[in-house]
Amino acid sequence: MEKLLEVNNLSISFTQYVQGLNRHDLKVISDLTIDVMENEIVAILGSSGSGKSLLAHSILGILPYNSHVSGEIKYKGNILTQELKEKLRGKEICLIPQSVNFLDPLMKVSEQAIGECKDENEHNEKKLRQREVFDKYGLDESVDDLYPFELSGGMARKVLLSTALIGNPNLLIADEPTPGLDRKSVEETIEDIKNLKENGKGVLLITHEIDVALKTADRIAIFYSGYVIEINKVENFSDTDKLLHPYTKVLINALPRNGFNFSEGVQPLDDVSGCPYYENCPVRLDKCENNIPQLIEHNGVMIRCFNIGGVNDEP
Amino acid sequence: MIQLSPIDPVKAYLGQRIVSQEQLAIMGDYWGTNLSLGERVVGWLQTLASGSMGFSLIYRVPVTEVIMQKFTASLTLMVVSWVISAIVGFGLGIIAGAKEGSWIDKAIKTYCYILQSTPTFWIGLVLLMVFSVYLGWFPIGLSVPMGQLADTVTFWQWLYRLILPAITLSIVGIASLTMYTRDKLINVKKSDYFLFAQARGESFWGIIKNHGIRNVLLPAITIQFLSFNELFGGTILVEQVFAYPGIGQATVAAGLRSDVPLLLGIVIISTIFVFVGNLLADVIYKYVDPRIRSEDDE
Repeated sequence: MEKLLEVNNLSISFTQYVQGLNRHDLKVISDLTIDVMENEIVAILGSSGSGKSLLAHSILGILPYNSHVSGEIKYKGNILTQELKEKLRGKEICLIPQSVNFLDPLMKVSEQAIGECKDENEHNEKKLRQREVFDKYGLDESVDDLYPFELSGGMARKVLLSTALIGNPNLLIADEPTPGLDRKSVEETIEDIKNLKENGKGVLLITHEIDVALKTADRIAIFYSGYVIEINKVENFSDTDKLLHPYTKVLINALPRNGFNFSEGVQPLDDVSGCPYYENCPVRLDKCENNIPQLIEHNGVMIRCFNIGGVNDEP
Repeated sequence: MIQLSPIDPVKAYLGQRIVSQEQLAIMGDYWGTNLSLGERVVGWLQTLASGSMGFSLIYRVPVTEVIMQKFTASLTLMVVSWVISAIVGFGLGIIAGAKEGSWIDKAIKTYCYILQSTPTFWIGLVLLMVFSVYLGWFPIGLSVPMGQLADTVTFWQWLYRLILPAITLSIVGIASLTMYTRDKLINVKKSDYFLFAQARGESFWGIIKNHGIRNVLLPAITIQFLSFNELFGGTILVEQVFAYPGIGQATVAAGLRSDVPLLLGIVIISTIFVFVGNLLADVIYKYVDPRIRSEDDE
């Protein structure tokens, strides 16, 4: 199996002006490392508004101009430069956007799914492909001529998914595919994403819904305050003893079926000098306050915590 | 308002001729100046309902005839400049919006601010000075060459004389439409669907063409139709500067020489004109925007 996507130590920050001309760098993603193989779904699980979508935007090269990016992103072993991103996006790497707002309100959905074409021939070719994909998702020909505002939530989901599949990509990035959907549509979406995996594609699923991540993904990366603190196999999430990071344990214990155990504390918004979970951590060590633990591998699990393994010695 | 102004239709009709007091009284009876305001308004409305707007005091022909003749002359001027300002304004707006922040955007913006803050008649005077007086490319005024009958004017002569007034009149329209289009396009560029189109690998100008223009065109058309009143106001000034015999000149003449029936007639016609503009904007919106169209179907 080939590694499709590899993100190493990616940091994204924004320059903000606070109180006049004082510049302030706002760090949104810090030192993010993650990879996606073929035939695999990797979920990034983090709270709403924590900047997860920016990961998708940086892979596709559509970050706003005032952002600063460091670290590297590789696709099939090649470093993704802006040039390469522009070449691959829409073809090998596709985004499944969040909502119907990502469609042009004044354009028929079939035309949007087809996208930009050089000439009539290309258009006809893609039209056939579009029909094929729409049919697969149960969208009949009457849907072709609808405008985005005429779609129901479930239909919109399928149209958005179809837009990504017309180019037959290898890697799909699904950005919050389920919010605001009813239970049935959520189940369908989960099935649809799983089917992509069966067809040999890699999926990076960005979500804040634990259930969706648990039902869909092979591996789950926990995103906390801009850091990935743990990447674990989905099987291990049924047993908190197999989870390594104290926050992950708390998160899973807080699920209704696991006893609704609630813990105090919020994610820090400002840059902290040490471990981002230091304030709320029940097993914190002295060195956690001023040192940031590195993401290391421990028995096949990626973990960022000084309590685990002997590698995280004083830097 | 006209009633309160020191205008006496009888005196306006007589001009500089000397008449006796008795004759004045007879004339007053004939024109109805000694009737009350209410009676006069009712009388005017009655004749209006029967299709007549009365007689113009300065042109000595029915008001409808004057307006028809003058309005056709102005209409060509207005239509030409309206089309110019629509095309140029929209084009500049799209370029500026697409290249937001670049030198070309700044140049277009500066140009628009200058135009927007400059009175039409002043632009007209400047253009006249540069192109007609210094360069001598265009005639100084009038829609017909001097010493020639209107019937004998060729199409090209007429067009040639239309250019400068039409450009002047379109300039103000260009500025507001450009700024509006630019602003709308920048909003579209910030939208999620623009981002998504980029993420799907569409080229920048392809997105501007497929999604930008599509979403900006409708509001721009509306704005352009709503600008009918500015167009009308602009015509009055431009025609005055270029001595172009259209409805604008007639308005000024009617006002200055207290031709009450003509003035009232023009007011009515211009109201209809502006109303039609707004109506067209609404109708077009209804037929072009799928969101409004399908609401009616249901």
